[in-house]
Amino acid sequence: MKLIAVLGTLTLSVVLLTSTPALSQDAGGTLKKIKDSGAATMGVRESSGGLSFTVGDGKFAGFHVELCQRILADVQKQLGLAKLDIKYQPVTSQNRIPLTQNGTVDIECGSTTNNAARQKDVAFAVTTYVEEVRIAVKAGSGIASIAQLNGKNVATTTGTTSVQLLRKHERATGVDFKEVFGKDHADSFLLLESGRADAFVMDGQILAGNIAKSKNPADFRIVGEVLAVEPIAIMLRKDDPAFKKAADDSLKALIKSGEMAKIYDKWFMQPIPPANKPIGLPASEATKAAWANPNDKPAEDYAKK
Amino acid sequence: MSSWDWQVFCKDTIDGEIVPRCFGGAGDVTYLDWLLSAWGWTLSVSLLALGVALVLGSIMGILRTAPHRGLVLLGNAWTELFRNIPLLVQIFLWYHVVPALIPPLRGVPSFILVVLGLGLFTSARISEQVKAGIQSLPRGQRMAGLALGFTLPQTYRHVILPMAFRIVIPPLTSESMNIVKNSAVAFAVSISELTLFALQAQEETARGIEIYLAVTGLYFITAFAINRVLHFIEQRVRVPGMIGGGR
Repeated sequence: MKLIAVLGTLTLSVVLLTSTPALSQDAGGTLKKIKDSGAATMGVRESSGGLSFTVGDGKFAGFHVELCQRILADVQKQLGLAKLDIKYQPVTSQNRIPLTQNGTVDIECGSTTNNAARQKDVAFAVTTYVEEVRIAVKAGSGIASIAQLNGKNVATTTGTTSVQLLRKHERATGVDFKEVFGKDHADSFLLLESGRADAFVMDGQILAGNIAKSKNPADFRIVGEVLAVEPIAIMLRKDDPAFKKAADDSLKALIKSGEMAKIYDKWFMQPIPPANKPIGLPASEATKAAWANPNDKPAEDYAKK
Repeated sequence: MSSWDWQVFCKDTIDGEIVPRCFGGAGDVTYLDWLLSAWGWTLSVSLLALGVALVLGSIMGILRTAPHRGLVLLGNAWTELFRNIPLLVQIFLWYHVVPALIPPLRGVPSFILVVLGLGLFTSARISEQVKAGIQSLPRGQRMAGLALGFTLPQTYRHVILPMAFRIVIPPLTSESMNIVKNSAVAFAVSISELTLFALQAQEETARGIEIYLAVTGLYFITAFAINRVLHFIEQRVRVPGMIGGGR
């Protein structure tokens, strides 16, 4: 009985570990694959703020989703396809890189940070959005910078890079705060709202989105210095220069024509589903700089300056 | 992609450098240190909640068999209340709702709240098992105790409970193992136990498979150790000839 249980566990783990997904990196690259199949698969997120989210019924929308739709429309034109079938594949932060590598997803349009470690596994289109990690507090709290958080409860969400960021800050500056972890962003925001936490440290667009959706948005403020800057980009398979060029060219054309700023405005300044409220986050200077000078530099290059 | 990297546990949690001998010191924390401290939190939550559950569950189970309507009602109400609400919802009620209604509770650390929440949830299940154990005894046992001149509490103490508890050790073993696994809900209220560690560390290190395997192993070891301890107790307290003590 005991032996069977142990054997069962072992077999299960062996099966799980050895089932590496079949690699489908054919010589012609993604463009050939799209041309041959007349279909492309877009990796999307269920809930990544205004960048990529579900509107129910298996439909997805958001800033990066729309950019990807534009890219694929250009690809369709370039390949001379009469019809291009776009499939939407929801991904998570755990599986997005493997799914892009193994060909399940051709173009990932979520909220993936472009960093040096990931560039070893995948490629990124030019940066289209630069995320700034900020602090949200209650309007009357009087907190205006991270130094004032000494001895305070600071909320952040489990499974995000902000947790590590706070830890680094704590050590570098000697500011001692008590971290409270929400299980998701809504939960972290509830901690701030209910007074269990004095501040919520997270990506600016997530803070802005949660404040916009709250009962009384005027009760909250985003304050203080930018704690970290991360370039967010559309993710592609590595070593596929033709497809990367197609994606980059589309994006650069959108920037040049001024469409990029309009699409940004549509998703971050205008009301969006499901609550039909705007996130209300104007394009940051860093985002505008990335548009002015399109590049695919990793987050490490942003930290240096 | 599929290669292993167990060195991930030797990395410092701040700069990601590999620390020789894998244990940090003097303010440096490696993922291994963190994993062990997370295990400690899981054990603390589970064992304390188990204590709460055993005490309250036994009391409620006994009340449900008492020859007094009010006490039976109290025991039944307790059991139905705590077993009919999902565990995660109960934890959130304790964490978010109760302190909003009773402000002094705001100062109570989330650790105490989760021990109580998990303990009360499990006490309902233990109460059900203790009641079943007592009711599985022939009615004559209780009557015999009373006929011998024992008071009701004495009958419970010397006649009924010694047999009933021996009968319910196997289901109590399952319940004690369940509490270890259920303690994973504590991550939702910011206890840095194994599940929170797994969610956070796999994001930071991008070595999810190694992290999850280690965490799975520790849960398994903990639950299995509890199983062995209770099995040992079951063997030690077995009385040949008593109900359930055969073989």
